[in-house]
Formats: sequence, C-alpha cells, structure tokens
Amino acid sequence: MSLWHSLLGALPCEWAQLEFMRLALVAVLLAAPLYAVLGCLVVNSRMAFFSEAIGHAALTGVALGTLAGLADPTPVVLLFSALLALAIAWLRRSSVLSSDTIIGLVMAGAVALGVVLLSRGGGFNRYTHFLIGDILTIAPAELARLAVLALATLLIWAVLFNRLFLATLHPVLARSRGVNVWAVEALFSVVIALVVAMSIAWIGLLVINSLLILPAAAARNLARSTAAYLGWALLLSFLAGAAGLLVSFYAATATGATIVLVALALFLLTLPFRRR
Amino acid sequence: MNGPAHHHPASCGGCCTQLQHFGVRLGGTPVLEEINLHVHCGELTAIIGPNGAGKTTLLRALLGEVPFQGGLQFVHSGSDQQFGRPRVGYVPQRMDLDVSAPATVSDLFASVSQRRPLWLGLGARQREEALCALGMVEAQPLLGKTIGALSGGELQRVLLALALHPMPDLLLLDEPVSGVDQAGIELFYRMVSELRRRLDLSILLVSHDLAAVARVADRMIFLNHRVLADGTPAEVLASPLVKQVFGMEFTGAEPGFVRRLPAHESCPLPAPGGVP
Repeated sequence: MSLWHSLLGALPCEWAQLEFMRLALVAVLLAAPLYAVLGCLVVNSRMAFFSEAIGHAALTGVALGTLAGLADPTPVVLLFSALLALAIAWLRRSSVLSSDTIIGLVMAGAVALGVVLLSRGGGFNRYTHFLIGDILTIAPAELARLAVLALATLLIWAVLFNRLFLATLHPVLARSRGVNVWAVEALFSVVIALVVAMSIAWIGLLVINSLLILPAAAARNLARSTAAYLGWALLLSFLAGAAGLLVSFYAATATGATIVLVALALFLLTLPFRRR
Repeated sequence: MNGPAHHHPASCGGCCTQLQHFGVRLGGTPVLEEINLHVHCGELTAIIGPNGAGKTTLLRALLGEVPFQGGLQFVHSGSDQQFGRPRVGYVPQRMDLDVSAPATVSDLFASVSQRRPLWLGLGARQREEALCALGMVEAQPLLGKTIGALSGGELQRVLLALALHPMPDLLLLDEPVSGVDQAGIELFYRMVSELRRRLDLSILLVSHDLAAVARVADRMIFLNHRVLADGTPAEVLASPLVKQVFGMEFTGAEPGFVRRLPAHESCPLPAPGGVP
C-alpha cells in the first residue's frame, strides 16, 4: 500500500494526491477483473436479466439489514442475495413458467418489498446512495473485504470454468459428459449474487449490471477464442473502470454511472468488428 | 486404435446395449411403453416415427435426462460380463449449440477432457487425443478454428469426434444433419458408416430424413410410443403402417450402401416377450 501511495503521489495530478481517490482506484482495479471474467459467462449463458434482478433485489437485503438494526447492512444483503439466487435457480429448474418470467416476478417482488420497507415513515432519501453508489467513500477495511471476495470468486470461477463453459454451450451435452449442470449453475448464480450485492454500495444498484455485461459483450465482438474473449473483457473492464473514475472526478459526476458510460462507449467502438 | 482408454475391448463383436420393458412416463402420461431392444455393436439402428412418437424422449431417457422404468444395460456376450449402464456418447443437434460464442474447437475439447481451465490452453496429452478423435472424422485442421466459422457439416463432424472421445458404448445421433448442406450430409453419413464398421460402434440415430437414413442404417425401428416395426430399412419402409403414417412410398433403400451384419444371436439375455 505504501508503494502504491508513493507511486501515485509522484504523479503530478490533483486526484493522485487525494487519499479517497487512491483507495477508489484500488477498488476499481480489484473489481474490474471480477466483473470482466464473470460477465463473460453471464453473457454466454444469457443470464444478463438474472444478474440485473439480483442487483435490484439487493434493495430488499438493505431494508432487512436496516430493520435488523445493523449500521452496515452488507452481511444481510450478501445473505439475502445468495438465497435469492438459489431460489431463482431452483424455480427455473422446476417451474413451468419460463425463466425470464420467473426472474421478472422475483425482481418486481423484491424491489417493491425493499422500497416499501425502506420508505416507511418517509425516510427513503437516506438510502438513495444504494441506488447510485459512492465508490469515493470506500474504507480500507472494505477494500480488504473486497480483496478477499475477489480472490475467493476467482478461485471458484477457475475451478468451475470448464464445466460452466460446457453447460452454457449445451446443457444436455454437458450432462452427457457427467457435469452436474444444476449444481454448477446454482453455485455460479450465488457467486454472481455475492459480487453484485457486495458492489452496490459503491457502484449503485441501478447500473451495477452494466459492468458485468458491457465489457464481456464488447469482448465478444472482438474475440475468436475463449482465451481472447477473457483477455479483451479484462482489458476493457480495467480501461472503463480507471477512465470512468478519473472522468467522474473531474466532471464531478457519480462514479458508477460514469464508468458504465465509458464501458458503453467502448462497446460501441467494438461493434464494427463484430463477426457476421 | 490409439485412442482413449476404454473399459471393454474396442473390437468386441458380441456386445450390445439392451433395453428391456423400457418405458417412460412424462407427467403421468406414458410416452414410451414396453420397448424391448438390443442395439448391437457394429450396427447402426435408425429410429423413425411420427412427431410426438417419443423418439426424442427415448434419447433423453438413454442420456439420463428423464427417469425410465425397466432395464437398461450394456452386456458383453463373449465373457458373459455385464457392465451396467452403457457409456453414452451424444451428438446434439447443431442448431441447439450457441455458435455465436467466441470458442474454438480446441476449447470444446479442453472443456470435456481436462481439469485445467481451458483458457490456459489444451494440454499436450489432451491435444494429441483431440487430434486423434478429429482424425477419425477427417477434421484435424479444424482444431484451432472458431466454432462459429465452421460450416454446418464441419461442426457436426467436430461434435461427432467429441462424442467419440472417450469411446462410448452407445452413440446417440439426434437429428445430426439438420441444417447441413447435401454434400455435408453425404460426408457425415459416410463417416458414421465407416466408423461403425471400424470401431464396432453401436449407434442409435433419430432423423426425419427417411431417404438418407434408409441408405445408411443396418436396421430400422418404427416407433410410435411402442416399437411397431423392426427390421431392415427396406422391410420397415415397406410395411403398410409406415406407408400410412408417412404417406409415401420408399424405394430408395439402395442395397449397395447397406451392409448386412451377421445376426448377433449371441446376446446372452433374451428379451422377455421378444422383439416384435
């Protein structure tokens, strides 16, 4: 960390002298690869709507945590999101309703419940930072928590990758090769839920999903192999994260949404390179 | 053959997959009843039947996707050994595969043959095995290609090679040439036919293309919830029942292409009730 400080401190820029900007940049550099590599599988398996729902539904987790009297509702948010992810995975498997209908129902229910609980007595304004997010308030302890989550997530992701890859390509083929598709997908859903839930306080639940989807979608336009797909997604995610943070600093805008706009611009730039 | 390890001799001559009193009920409704079937190795058995006859359900049951009643086992006549459930190789419909994913043929082989995450590349041994499997379908040059860049016929041959790796006891082909051009269809069936002979494969083929199937199959089964006809393609296609269902005459079963096998009367367990 001290090396980091002296590195950034040497930069002749205003932002590099500010502690909160240094911490925010570390957070972005930790989270960017997570969004990138998870996003690649989310896009492949058409789970974009699922991750969107999990992000929005985290509002209910915030409400429950607040009702439980916690100053920081994050543990409750994580638990709630993980359980919700499992519930959706189970419903998708066993229900006669189509997958997007189920996700839509669960999302509508969870968002409404969250708003109702948080707006009791007219105090919803206190919670708007969960909608928009504020990465500039990130504390060193939270950074450590993010680092642990990142490490655990990347480990699970690497171990499950081949099975997830096959399951997203063709579930029946995957099962014929001995992959327990349901278990692998449920575990992956929980991992996504944890990453999304962890990030909403900093990025905001309105735009968090775009950080999963946009770098991967852009990388898909450029890549011809799985390794290249992941490589491009990582590069674009780092680029969008760092550039978005700096732009938001100078333009005095919300960081999460600014990062998303940069990521969207990068996606549009890759469109002409799309195959077919 | 220099292929993957196998749990029974590659050239067996007398092994077969047996279905006895095999049945499937979906939602309480019997879809398949009293199927008694021996699929001998070295023999290509085509399943034909009207829509809704249970052809796909049969394949799904053999893959373990839906529960079934009755017996399913793989037996070896020479040594009177029983091996339990057959190891099933599955060639899915090409149309069901997400070919827009940035994945190569090499990624596909890596995902089924190694624990190491596939973005680290195909291992040296796995690469040899993949080339061997692809060599069986004259598709070695396709290893580094993106699946979206392959023609329909090429992708289908790659999926065939994948199903032969490791060598299955029973190979299932589900509408394998839908959406493939005529030259691709000819080539695919020529290879399937050759491999059946060379590797003594038991093959179950489901297809709507009766004319193409009649040319390649050793044996044909007309299925409509039950086995209604069983014999050579010429015999089955000549049966009044089949003519009635498909509403046309088939004279195109060219005998030159059909290889008659010696009857495998040696299967140790006779089917109770007998095959109609």
